[in-house]
Amino acid sequence: MSPQYLPPDDQLPAAYSIIRSWIEPKSQVLDLGCGNGNLLAYLQQQHQCRGEGVELSRELVSQCVNRGLPVHHGDIDEGLGDYPDQRFDVVLLSHTLQEVANPTGVIDEILRVGKMAILSYPNFAYWRVRAQLLFLGRAPRTPHLPFSWFESPNRHVLSVSDFEEYCEENKIEIVRSAYLSGSQKISFWPNLFAETALAAIRRKP
Amino acid sequence: MSQKDQNTIQSDPGQESGSYTEEDRVYVEGQCNVVTESNGPFPFDEGRKLPELKVAYETYGKLNSDKSNAIMIFHALTAGAHAALWHKGDKRPGWWDSMIGPGKAFDTDRFFIIAANVPGSCYGSTGPASINPETGKPYGLQFPIITVRDMVRAQAWLLDDLGIDVLYAVAGGSMGGMQALQFAVSYPHRARGIIAIASTTRHNAQQIAFNEVGRQAIMRDPGWGHGDYLNGSGDEVEGPAHGLAIARMVGHITYLSEEGMHQKFGRRQKDREASPNPFDIDFEVASYLDYQGRSFTKRFDANSYLYLTKAIDTFDLSEGFSSLENALAEAPRRFLLITYSSDWLYPPQQLREVARAIRRAGRSATYCEIDSIYGHDSFLLKNEDQEDFVRGFLNSLEREEV
Repeated sequence: MSPQYLPPDDQLPAAYSIIRSWIEPKSQVLDLGCGNGNLLAYLQQQHQCRGEGVELSRELVSQCVNRGLPVHHGDIDEGLGDYPDQRFDVVLLSHTLQEVANPTGVIDEILRVGKMAILSYPNFAYWRVRAQLLFLGRAPRTPHLPFSWFESPNRHVLSVSDFEEYCEENKIEIVRSAYLSGSQKISFWPNLFAETALAAIRRKP
Repeated sequence: MSQKDQNTIQSDPGQESGSYTEEDRVYVEGQCNVVTESNGPFPFDEGRKLPELKVAYETYGKLNSDKSNAIMIFHALTAGAHAALWHKGDKRPGWWDSMIGPGKAFDTDRFFIIAANVPGSCYGSTGPASINPETGKPYGLQFPIITVRDMVRAQAWLLDDLGIDVLYAVAGGSMGGMQALQFAVSYPHRARGIIAIASTTRHNAQQIAFNEVGRQAIMRDPGWGHGDYLNGSGDEVEGPAHGLAIARMVGHITYLSEEGMHQKFGRRQKDREASPNPFDIDFEVASYLDYQGRSFTKRFDANSYLYLTKAIDTFDLSEGFSSLENALAEAPRRFLLITYSSDWLYPPQQLREVARAIRRAGRSATYCEIDSIYGHDSFLLKNEDQEDFVRGFLNSLEREEV
């Protein structure tokens, strides 16, 4: 992959432009579970952000380095203690919250090192998920939950309503939210119609 | 020490030189600079000064007009300035030839590469084997105790002489990585990016212990003569050749890994002629170590081995600071740290912790661990991951304002 490579805009996940619209240009960004660095590269190139990533897969780390993105090869459950308080303007956690061993610890840490955090997660109350469980009696599989029960990295199941309740109880402000079904934005009854959810959160003062 | 011996690199027994035909070879000549001529006597950390200090170096590629494309490469314990290309009579090219050259990770079509021999070594720079002008004999133990900081200072003086103010990057593995990290602290405004591979900011007890065995082997050899080597009885090598060979054997074990050794030697035995000594060398691994030990004595100075191992044992990047992150507070912004999974001499966790300190200091550290079975030596072997990481990092520096 060439250092500057980015897929064309229409092939980028819909979440990218939403995330971009929520953060200031030139923000300092930390992307946890940054994969091949697409989102970081996108924010760097289109929004003049400065970023770094944490990624567990060596193969993906290699792709990040090749495109010149600072990245730490390691586990996000262990690594955030290194960063000073409020080091980043934004911490990104894309589709990872449901996989980490200790979600509360991770959320506390990202709100310590970041002034704001943007999380995305698959909504387990999405109607197709409900329907598969209700009518087929099977553990659900969707494009965002593609795994069989025995190979899924997901340790936690949460819905939009669960997440909102969690934030309320833990003095976390949801600054912005967006809901997607495929690449379509959803505004009506997100807990039922959103396949994935995005939330920008910060610690309540 | 002949020029030719300089080219036997410290350790890449697996690397074949047969892939090079004679016609492919590009030759380079070593250069030497007396850095004290323009800078005055060279001060060592321990307090003494040398009126004359030579620094041997080689360069590859071309320095651009605004002198912004220079990269300095730091060598490991027993290597020298001959990092790439060939010298006349070489059996193999310089020690990092897989990394330095046209189109390679350190691309000499783009960059001007400088590799210098550290003071205290024996490959052209002033060291304990050099003649002390006051006595007309080799310095031996009269040579000042040397530190990693001294090594870096000598190389910065060389840069002064070459008229290079700011380097594009500095890079090195093992002891070379220590120099790269020290450079970041000593000369934070003179490098844009720092690359340290298979290294640490200070030795742990195990690392010191292995070096101590090596030093004791040398010092307990009667030929050592407290640094003034005694002539062997008709032996072509004078001084503590046996001790130095054993030091090298111990060192070599630490550069490999269990799996690497198992693959390379297993328990195979070599054919040998009947010997009256039932303990004569029989296992292939023993034969290999014996060869490494013996050949090392022909190319390396025992006192240099004492001085340089002591320098890396006493090295502590945070010395004089309240913490490592405070030491790095003024350092350049961008670091690349690479470790190898099977390196038990410089285990990955050491640089992982350095990466953390760099981040705490508000700098950015790219940290990667490469899977390899070749132990500490991995960084000297051809490795595509290492090449990609270095190339990507150097590219990213170009897009970064200083």
